[in-house]
Amino acid sequence: MKKIRTPQELEALRNSLLQRRDTNKPCVRVCLGTGCRARGSLDVAKAFANEVKRQGLEIQVERKQTGCHGFCERGPVVVIGPKEIFYQRVKQRDVPEIVSKTLLNGEVVDRLLYANPATGQKVLYEYEVPFYKKQTRLVLANNGTIDPTNILDYIAIRGYQALAKAIKTMSCEEIIDTVEKSGLRGLGGGGFPTGRKWRLCREAPGDIKFVIGNGDEGDPGAFSDRSLMEGNPHSILEGMIIGAYAIGANQGYLYVRAEYPLALKHLQIAIDQAREYGFLGKNIFNSGFDFDIRINRGGGAFVCGESSALVASIEGKMGEPRAKYIHTVERGLWNKPTNLNNVKTWANVPFIINNGADWYGKIGTEKSKGTGIFSLVGKVNNTGLVEIPMGTPLRQVIYDIGGGILGGKKFKAVQTGGPSGGCIPEKLLDLPVDFEKLTEAGSMMGSGGMIVMDEDTCMVDVARYFLDFLQDESCGKCVPCREGIKRMLEVVTDITAGRGKEDDLELLQELANMVKEFSLCGLGKTAPNTVLSTLRYFKDEYEAHVRDKKCPAGICRDLIEYFILEDKCTGCGACLRLCPQHAIDAYGLIHTIDPAKCIRCGICRDACPFEAIIVR
Amino acid sequence: MVTLMIDGVKVQVEEGSTILEAARFYGIDIPTLCYHDELTPYGACRLCMVEVDDGRRTRLVASCLYPVREGIKVRTHTERVIKGRKLILELLIARCPSSKTLQDLASKMGLEQVRFKMENKDCILCGLCVRMCAEQMGSGAIGFVGRGQNREVVTPFRMASEICRNCGACMYICPVVDLQCRGVKSPGELCNSCLVITPQCLEKHGQVMCTLNSCGACVEKEEK
Repeated sequence: MKKIRTPQELEALRNSLLQRRDTNKPCVRVCLGTGCRARGSLDVAKAFANEVKRQGLEIQVERKQTGCHGFCERGPVVVIGPKEIFYQRVKQRDVPEIVSKTLLNGEVVDRLLYANPATGQKVLYEYEVPFYKKQTRLVLANNGTIDPTNILDYIAIRGYQALAKAIKTMSCEEIIDTVEKSGLRGLGGGGFPTGRKWRLCREAPGDIKFVIGNGDEGDPGAFSDRSLMEGNPHSILEGMIIGAYAIGANQGYLYVRAEYPLALKHLQIAIDQAREYGFLGKNIFNSGFDFDIRINRGGGAFVCGESSALVASIEGKMGEPRAKYIHTVERGLWNKPTNLNNVKTWANVPFIINNGADWYGKIGTEKSKGTGIFSLVGKVNNTGLVEIPMGTPLRQVIYDIGGGILGGKKFKAVQTGGPSGGCIPEKLLDLPVDFEKLTEAGSMMGSGGMIVMDEDTCMVDVARYFLDFLQDESCGKCVPCREGIKRMLEVVTDITAGRGKEDDLELLQELANMVKEFSLCGLGKTAPNTVLSTLRYFKDEYEAHVRDKKCPAGICRDLIEYFILEDKCTGCGACLRLCPQHAIDAYGLIHTIDPAKCIRCGICRDACPFEAIIVR
Repeated sequence: MVTLMIDGVKVQVEEGSTILEAARFYGIDIPTLCYHDELTPYGACRLCMVEVDDGRRTRLVASCLYPVREGIKVRTHTERVIKGRKLILELLIARCPSSKTLQDLASKMGLEQVRFKMENKDCILCGLCVRMCAEQMGSGAIGFVGRGQNREVVTPFRMASEICRNCGACMYICPVVDLQCRGVKSPGELCNSCLVITPQCLEKHGQVMCTLNSCGACVEKEEK
């Protein structure tokens, strides 16, 4: 392959690609994101390959294996072009029918369509599914349409044109000005203005500079970085190359956690292809600018998502943070000026260069520009990846896009920003999602986790869960984080076990405030957020645990009791047979549970056909 | 030279020094556990936190690492700082209840009760020994392993190190292992008695006048 050296060559390649492509040709796009893979989309993709071959349609039909479409709840997802017919929960056995009906004759397989749960109405096209309709997809827009392992697909959608434009027509200052003016902010959670960071790094003294892409997404329940790296790796690379050119860096690093094998594979393929086409390597676009990227695999430490710990990890040292009174843009990797951004931030850069700062500035709110990507999970109907303009109210995300609470239950709280985020109660559901508003509410943007909780969730238990996670993931360097989280967990565990004392809540508050103020790095500084926000919004639940020794949600095992309602029990014996502790006795027809033997596993309640067993 | 305010006093120190160095030079005491003059500052114990007002905002910083800047206002003993330091010390004592260094610090700060369950560990993970070994002894025989609760200082693979010369510098610099206190009777109680094992009056008068705090009463008697 001849390297591409001028924008004209890139444009010519793109035109030849478009000419060769028949837009009316039927095209099967199978989602091969990690979520759909887990539901068997690899088999579906294979079945399509076999079926197309068997029917001799290899020329008439195009097949594509794309990255994550986002609607993971309904995977495996298959979209049939050119009409964009959306099939969900496709099984291997459905494939022959789809090929012969939809691909050949344009008929629709009704049972595979998505039915709107509210109206029961079937939705034909992908863009009409309510989950997608209410979103504004910018960074994720191409995830479902291109093959991430083929650079030509990316070039066909104007890929690397922003790079050509930046290098050929803009000065470094102009690029930074554009990014600064666009209002792009760090999407890894910090929200630091990206343009300003670039400028600081460019102005920092030194010949050798580095850029780093942070793909070490460690929050439980978050998968936005992963989907982007898997589905559209070239957009990240393009952003990084533009950034490196503007800052004056010649080496880039992508730090990706080793638990994301597919993302690592796709990024490596993308890097190799970009090198082959001359977008990476020596003398990019004949400008004399050299740049290359290498991938560093993270070893699975949550704290390595913190910039200074990440830098230490790349250096081969223990992944622990240092104080950032001298910022990484001045002294970062190997004590050289280093610009670190989240992969989502990098992926935004090509859009800004292509469309201009003003265009980007129109999306979002006054202070938070652009879109936010959230992994909507938990007790919500439509689990998946959501991209919305900043400033969209939480209610809209959870009810319009997420389709409301699972099983028609009542909403209780939503946690944004992963384990270090806070829980936002129902009264704040109309809160617009942006950096400032979430921080004001005691939570944060974080790396984009959004965990929805329903009325059956005990908020004290939630705090306990996240403290437990953070206790293991604290690096252990500074005392407030290492000892403080441990003791907070101790206090909260005591409360959930019914050993809570009246002054425990005060102690908890005191500890949480201290850990927030005195910790060394972002992990410790945000670790008490769950405790602080639940104490702020759900204090009554804590008090019920401490004073009344009751768990209102019926979750904390030491504070609940399973009880059989006499008038509902028919004496069928379903519970009695399943109880692992033999704690249920039958006196005649009426069954009773012996609380001393009962381990509160809940098997009896699930087994009872008459809803006679309650928690109290 | 950089001019800054520490606790309302205008001071001048060399550029590149830290707030802690500046404060100590002017005789202002900031407690530390993981700091040593001859070792790279580490910023782990968080006892040296001070409030810094740089004109835009006031924030808490670790004084052992924060480089002095022109015109900043430093406050080393505000209520917010003292409260935090006390709680940190309380957490450390709950971890290593028998350390004299920690208990002395507790007496100094007026911390009398530990509200947490007592553990019985020997190490506060200040990292002084690790840095001492690597930086001053040029050896690097010990280091941290593990994360979070499992963090500890050991030799590689927990085997007798080939490069360790048994110089004992790690033990010399350790702030917590010497003079283990045996005075705590019930969990959570601090006796504070080790502070006055050798009262000042002993050196002056050749005999122990009292076992209480160095109240100065005996000095007065002598003068009379």
